[in-house]
Amino acid sequence: MCCSPEIMLVDTGCANLASVRFAFARLGVTAVISCDPDKLRTANRLVLPGVGSASAGMKALDDSGLAEMLTEYQRPLLGICLGMQMLFEHSNEGDTACLGLVGGEVEALPTQSLPIPHMGWNTLNLLRKDPLLTGIKQQDYVYFVHSFAAKRSADTLAISNYGMDFSAIIRRGNSYGCQFHPELSGMVGARILQNFLKVK
Amino acid sequence: MLARRIIPCLDVMGGKVVKGIRFANHEIVGECVDMAQRYRDAGADELVFYDITASPEGRKVDISWIDKVAAVLDIPFCVAGGIRSIADAAVILAAGADKISINSPALSNPDLINQLSNRFGRQCVVVGIDSYWNGQDWLVKALTGDPDKTITTNWKTIDWIVEVQKRGAGEIVLNCMGEDGRKSGYDIRQLAVMRELCKVPLIASGGAGKLQDFADVFCQSNVDGALAASVFHYNTISITELKSYLCSQNIEVRQ
Repeated sequence: MCCSPEIMLVDTGCANLASVRFAFARLGVTAVISCDPDKLRTANRLVLPGVGSASAGMKALDDSGLAEMLTEYQRPLLGICLGMQMLFEHSNEGDTACLGLVGGEVEALPTQSLPIPHMGWNTLNLLRKDPLLTGIKQQDYVYFVHSFAAKRSADTLAISNYGMDFSAIIRRGNSYGCQFHPELSGMVGARILQNFLKVK
Repeated sequence: MLARRIIPCLDVMGGKVVKGIRFANHEIVGECVDMAQRYRDAGADELVFYDITASPEGRKVDISWIDKVAAVLDIPFCVAGGIRSIADAAVILAAGADKISINSPALSNPDLINQLSNRFGRQCVVVGIDSYWNGQDWLVKALTGDPDKTITTNWKTIDWIVEVQKRGAGEIVLNCMGEDGRKSGYDIRQLAVMRELCKVPLIASGGAGKLQDFADVFCQSNVDGALAASVFHYNTISITELKSYLCSQNIEVRQ
């Protein structure tokens, strides 16, 4: 093998990967989809997408050996939506133990009088500088679809608000997460994915 | 803050975008990919592609254009029309659609909503409702894609809107049929009543004719998004102009 795959998408069997694959293709990068831990661990970067429930997502990761691979993986990893939530220690959705790459837990968004899921374009409030945020401006809009979220913590790069402040973008070491869908977030999302391709 | 969404709806027939008035007299206006890019560039927040022939004709959605649209589009899009099973939905989602919308098949088989929600997550399951005022109640119609096949169901809209949420709908598009194609404004009263019953995002459909109609439906019916077709297709309203106007009315929109 002459070189490692630049970027691979972790196929948990319960996420729709086409949009993410197309988003990288628009950046000129072929993202290879795989469910094989041995192939995925050779990639220079991994993306963990995810939709559905935390319990189903974690079960898929545990059953396939992907959970173990992800916790051992040392290079940049980007979790998207449920993929980000699974980076935390625990999710209150189905009382699910998660990967523990990032401290803290995921909880239900407060329903109050707001419709749930939180669905649509909401603004980013950037809390600190990070290479992932190069070119991203305060109050840029990104596209969210979720009912659970993590509170702001020391690992939070940006927050958004829907009934409460929550972590929209996180980073601990080489583990990155976006609660929104960068692949569906227009130019702003494309820039974040492009930045992720450059993080060391 | 969460922005109110502006959602152009593109009717698809035989893989081409068509337009017509009051569900009839369709003419071809362009290719799906071209129209998708045009609306994305104009500032649409999301797109709905509605295969208007699939449901009444008993055909499935032609998916040949879906992955082409997904390849170019960096905003969410939903595919509606003719989805009757998990298998139908799986093919459309795998091709790159972000959401699927079901209408008539949910009425003939309500359990389809549960099945889709359990399999794919409620965030991608949209239920479309065609609602009609009979003088006493709002009633749900089925098979509205073909006026000759359209039937009025036994469901009152206020009951069906609660039922579909119980079964796992993640979003509801309420098409107010009396207003559709008339450009006399959204059905503010009906949408406000249904908003109270709708705990998931609610999208208004039917009746948009002028800028103020959008401001009214957001302010008075508190819907999450407004769907429209002809005002955008015929350039009666440009999305850029609409968003500037809504912003001037202190309505949160993505610009």
